[in-house]
Amino acid sequence: MIRLEKRPTPSRIWALSTPIIAVVLTMIAGGAMFAALGQDPFETIRIIFWDPLFHERFASFSRPQLLVKAGPLILIAIGLSLGFRAGIWNIGAEGQYIVGAIAGAAFGLAFYPSESPLIFPGMVIAGLIGGTLWAMIPALLKVFANTNEILVSLLLVYVAEAMLASAATGWLRNPDGQGFPGSRNLARHAGTDNPELFAGTGMHWGVLAAFVAVIAAYVLFQRHVLGYQIKLAGQAPRAARFSGVNPGRLIILCLGVSGALAGAAGLFEVSGPAGQITIDFNSGYGFTAIIVAFLGRLNPIGILFAGLLMALTYIGGELAQLLLQVPAPAIQAFQGMLLFFLLALDVLSNYRLRWAKEGVA
Amino acid sequence: MTAPLLDIRGLTKAYPGVIANDDVSFALQRGEVHALLGENGAGKSTLVKMIYGLVKPDSGAMVLNSAPYTPAEPRAARQSGVAMVFQHFSLFEALSVAENIALGMENPPKPRDLSARIREVSHAYGLPLDPESLVGDLSAGERQRVEIIRCLLQDPQLLIMDEPTSVLTPQEVEILFHTLRKLSAEGTAILYISHKLEEIRALCDAATILRLGKVVGECTPADVSAAEMAEMMVGKSLAVPARDATEPGDTLLAVENLSLPAVNAFGTSLKEIKLNLRAGEVLGIGGVAGNGQDELLAVLSGERRTPPGTVQFQGRDVGTEGPNTRRAGGLLSAPEERLGHAAAPDMSLTENAVLTGQSRKGLAKGGFIGWSRARSFADDIIAQFDVRTPGNATAARALSGGNLQKFVIGREILQDPVVLVVNQPTWGVDASAAADIRQALLNLAQNGAGVIVISQDLDELLEISDRFCALNEGRLSEPRPARGLSMEEIGLMLGGAHGMAEAHLEELHPEANS
Repeated sequence: MIRLEKRPTPSRIWALSTPIIAVVLTMIAGGAMFAALGQDPFETIRIIFWDPLFHERFASFSRPQLLVKAGPLILIAIGLSLGFRAGIWNIGAEGQYIVGAIAGAAFGLAFYPSESPLIFPGMVIAGLIGGTLWAMIPALLKVFANTNEILVSLLLVYVAEAMLASAATGWLRNPDGQGFPGSRNLARHAGTDNPELFAGTGMHWGVLAAFVAVIAAYVLFQRHVLGYQIKLAGQAPRAARFSGVNPGRLIILCLGVSGALAGAAGLFEVSGPAGQITIDFNSGYGFTAIIVAFLGRLNPIGILFAGLLMALTYIGGELAQLLLQVPAPAIQAFQGMLLFFLLALDVLSNYRLRWAKEGVA
Repeated sequence: MTAPLLDIRGLTKAYPGVIANDDVSFALQRGEVHALLGENGAGKSTLVKMIYGLVKPDSGAMVLNSAPYTPAEPRAARQSGVAMVFQHFSLFEALSVAENIALGMENPPKPRDLSARIREVSHAYGLPLDPESLVGDLSAGERQRVEIIRCLLQDPQLLIMDEPTSVLTPQEVEILFHTLRKLSAEGTAILYISHKLEEIRALCDAATILRLGKVVGECTPADVSAAEMAEMMVGKSLAVPARDATEPGDTLLAVENLSLPAVNAFGTSLKEIKLNLRAGEVLGIGGVAGNGQDELLAVLSGERRTPPGTVQFQGRDVGTEGPNTRRAGGLLSAPEERLGHAAAPDMSLTENAVLTGQSRKGLAKGGFIGWSRARSFADDIIAQFDVRTPGNATAARALSGGNLQKFVIGREILQDPVVLVVNQPTWGVDASAAADIRQALLNLAQNGAGVIVISQDLDELLEISDRFCALNEGRLSEPRPARGLSMEEIGLMLGGAHGMAEAHLEELHPEANS
């Protein structure tokens, strides 16, 4: 009989090695699933994990996609990790992402057709503010009316989606667009565009912002009092109050920062890879980032790798669908396996397995 | 002499890294009140858990009623007539007494019959209890009665009691002893775990003393002095905390007309609290847990703000200030709950040193934490307060209760407080560590600080306080000089609202009712 025994101190070795073991286990279990579907397991795994980066024909297209997809995931997940560590659950990053994109795009389009170099920084600020304000709704309601931030932030996603639809079909619609829904293309207009900074890398301002956020969050958690307070509030709320942490201020701060970063991610997306506000502009980054945050153990460096890994399985999954006609649900099941193994093995950093003889309690 | 009820022969139980019980043998007679005496970590709990079927011994044997006794689980133990009252109650506050008791039974009778049985048993043993009242409304003493009656309904031959008096007022202790003596007269054996020596001398027929998992002695408690038993228990003679008499100085902390509603349904509201603490004195606040101790500490530490003018610290109004502002001025505190309140369980000792040491120890400058300064502060605490730990990177939850308590108290004392408020400073701490902590608090007062000690341990309060007051249902009594205060007087100060307990005492001793 196997029993779990709580470790007195969490194991660092296990915390670092479980992600690698989880990836290996996913390859084995996923390979078995692909074999059962009649595919060559080794080839499928190679297409998912290797070919997006190194395939001679497809890599030139798919390699930049890695940063394009990972950038917003990492940026949003870093913001979320602040709140998640403190036990403040912002589930509505998708909504803040949309509102940030709308606010930023509206700012840029208000000055159309100016090409002033001040417009893009203004759009970034507008995106940050838009996301922050959207996150302030659940934050203030929680602090002053004790509502549940999970529900409020989640439901506001649907409000934001309705706003997005009205912007794309109404007040932000391209006047020269022959009545088609969607705004002017921001990416193709100097002054409002978020260009690829180095050709062929996928690196744009948003990706750069994500890397800066990773470093800032790392310093925050390692050295700053605020990072300490966030950890303390998440692990032991009573001890945090005893230590002098003001819970209301922490809620406003954590939701505000995660909203701001999600809003900025939306702005970078709408002015770069997406290009314009459309009805279905949002593609679920705000929700996937929740997974990325947890995959990365809420640790900034972990989130960086988790975001890259997540992006890789998306791109590799699409490639496998294209090349091998693997059904899309099989790819989703494969991604699910990865999450399953990562989270299941996480228990090993806090617990150890003991093989106990039957009947000895 | 007849065969003993329970004969324990060479029980041994080892855990990784520690032998909790090493070849423990003793015999328990029918109707005997037998004390199991020892410090924290001496192996008392492991031993009774083996008797109650919660833990299996590695080797050794038990004989109950001349038959081999190997309980696989508590249910089997209960069927063999062994019952246990735990130190920490397992009761649901939102359910009634009868519902709580029914939950613990294999085949509960109909509610009406059960209530009748509870009334009958509680009356027979002098433990008045209304089966219909909500457990959340009961005092700690009454909750313990629920646990005891739950056991008595099974007609046990052996009743194990783990530190039963730690939550009781002296009057409630007397009622409990009366009940236990009655049970013992009817032939029920009682295994009584405690480290309160005077109690054991008053109640028990025999005592087995454990130290580091081994039986180090047996005695008849009435025939030996408490000091002799303590020496057997600890293995050395204990220093009694002492200090030179000092004249109290200026008023450091004054609380005036402070009333505060309870945070939730089972909290306690504070009612017109008034207290005054002067430099160089130790003010002891006694009372049974749940009478406003946590709330009082929260008000003094700054976790709960109060209206202006209610809390004055060195002549400054601090009622609206948060914990860190108060700490910066020198008003420090140490809450009762070590894990989760005074310390974060999963954080290292270094991180826990930062928990309160930020401002006074200069651990955070310009918003950034100086981890090397924090580590050396943690190392100072570990060294000066003899905290047994592999190092400052160990998680707080890995430390034993006593060691963590030394760390928590040491963390505040090393910050050189002007006023220190501690709640239950030696709860669950072994005797020698408790003596060290008390001495440290006395030294602090001698050097001119004001110390408030909130505790349930009346002996402790009498030993170290200059003045004593009682906290009862959120009301603080007038302080009285601690010297010369008798247990009887303290009991009356504490018992203010425990009308039930008092009424019952009068029943027991009608002559005392004048």
